[in-house]
Amino acid sequence: MIDDTAFWSLTLALGLGTFLIRFSFLGLLGGRQLPDWLLLHLKYVGVAVFPALIVPAVLWPAALDGETQAPRVIAALVAVAAGLRFGPVGAITAGLATLYSTQALF
Amino acid sequence: MPPPRHPFRAGFRDCLPFVLIVIPFSTLFGVVARDAGLDLLQVMSMSVIVIAGASQFTALALLQDGAPVFVALLAALAVNLRMAMYSAALVPHLGRAPLGLRALAAYLMVDQSFAVAVRRYEDSPEMTLSHKLRYYFGCMAVVCPIWYGCTLAGALMGRAIPAELSLDFAVPVCFIALLAPLLRSLPHLLAALVSALVTVGFAWLPWNLGLPIAAIAAMITGAQAELFLRRRTRKEGFA
Repeated sequence: MIDDTAFWSLTLALGLGTFLIRFSFLGLLGGRQLPDWLLLHLKYVGVAVFPALIVPAVLWPAALDGETQAPRVIAALVAVAAGLRFGPVGAITAGLATLYSTQALF
Repeated sequence: MPPPRHPFRAGFRDCLPFVLIVIPFSTLFGVVARDAGLDLLQVMSMSVIVIAGASQFTALALLQDGAPVFVALLAALAVNLRMAMYSAALVPHLGRAPLGLRALAAYLMVDQSFAVAVRRYEDSPEMTLSHKLRYYFGCMAVVCPIWYGCTLAGALMGRAIPAELSLDFAVPVCFIALLAPLLRSLPHLLAALVSALVTVGFAWLPWNLGLPIAAIAAMITGAQAELFLRRRTRKEGFA
């Protein structure tokens, strides 16, 4: 069981902290021009962050207590290939379809 | 690509595919949170106040493990630190909007709207600020109501979803779907590769600290690769 006080203090602090993170640059910098070197690096934020979220979630899934399982790794690779070829919907359908079919095989 | 004639509708349409992942993701949060013993009001408050799925899962898992509040808070905030980078990346596009709209855009900032919007802004550089704002809120008009609604549905369903469906896999698949369309040049590919490798190399670090390290290494890689390619094309141009 989760304690009520712990829950509410965590939720309020997390909500406030998350908003401040999201508002940070957008709120403070406003219309100011960012330097070129920073703009160059910011182009790569998406490709820099998503793999760092994907790889651990695929290799060490919390639902399996961190145990690596072949169906998830295969499904993730198929999803990447399908995503490159067919876009987001391709990635999702191919990824989940591969997971279910390989889980049935293994 | 020319700017869309109806930016709000275009944003709505471009984000529509993500319904396929936002639905399982938010439903799953509702289910898991009820499972952890939260009541309906607590589940919904968390989704409305925080709207950041990955950090909500992190905070919940740690609280359930009996971690102290500040540890759960730090870990969940670390997961959200990536959004500081999104915030910075949106400055060139939305930075001139009125403060209130910027605050609303910040509250609604999620992976999907960020990835889809920035990609469109780069494809259609002639978009005006008003176009860009309407496009952004069009994206959020898809994601946000579904996020709230499906959290509620999940919380009401409780444990009715069997574990065999492996719905947790919807989380990485969601991020793959966001990543794949961004991999459109050699520097982008190299950056993604470095991010993946550094994440594995630093997986032993506590509190998700591997994530910011991997992200910074990957951004430097992408930027350096782009500069290298630019220099090479220029040399070839002179030869």
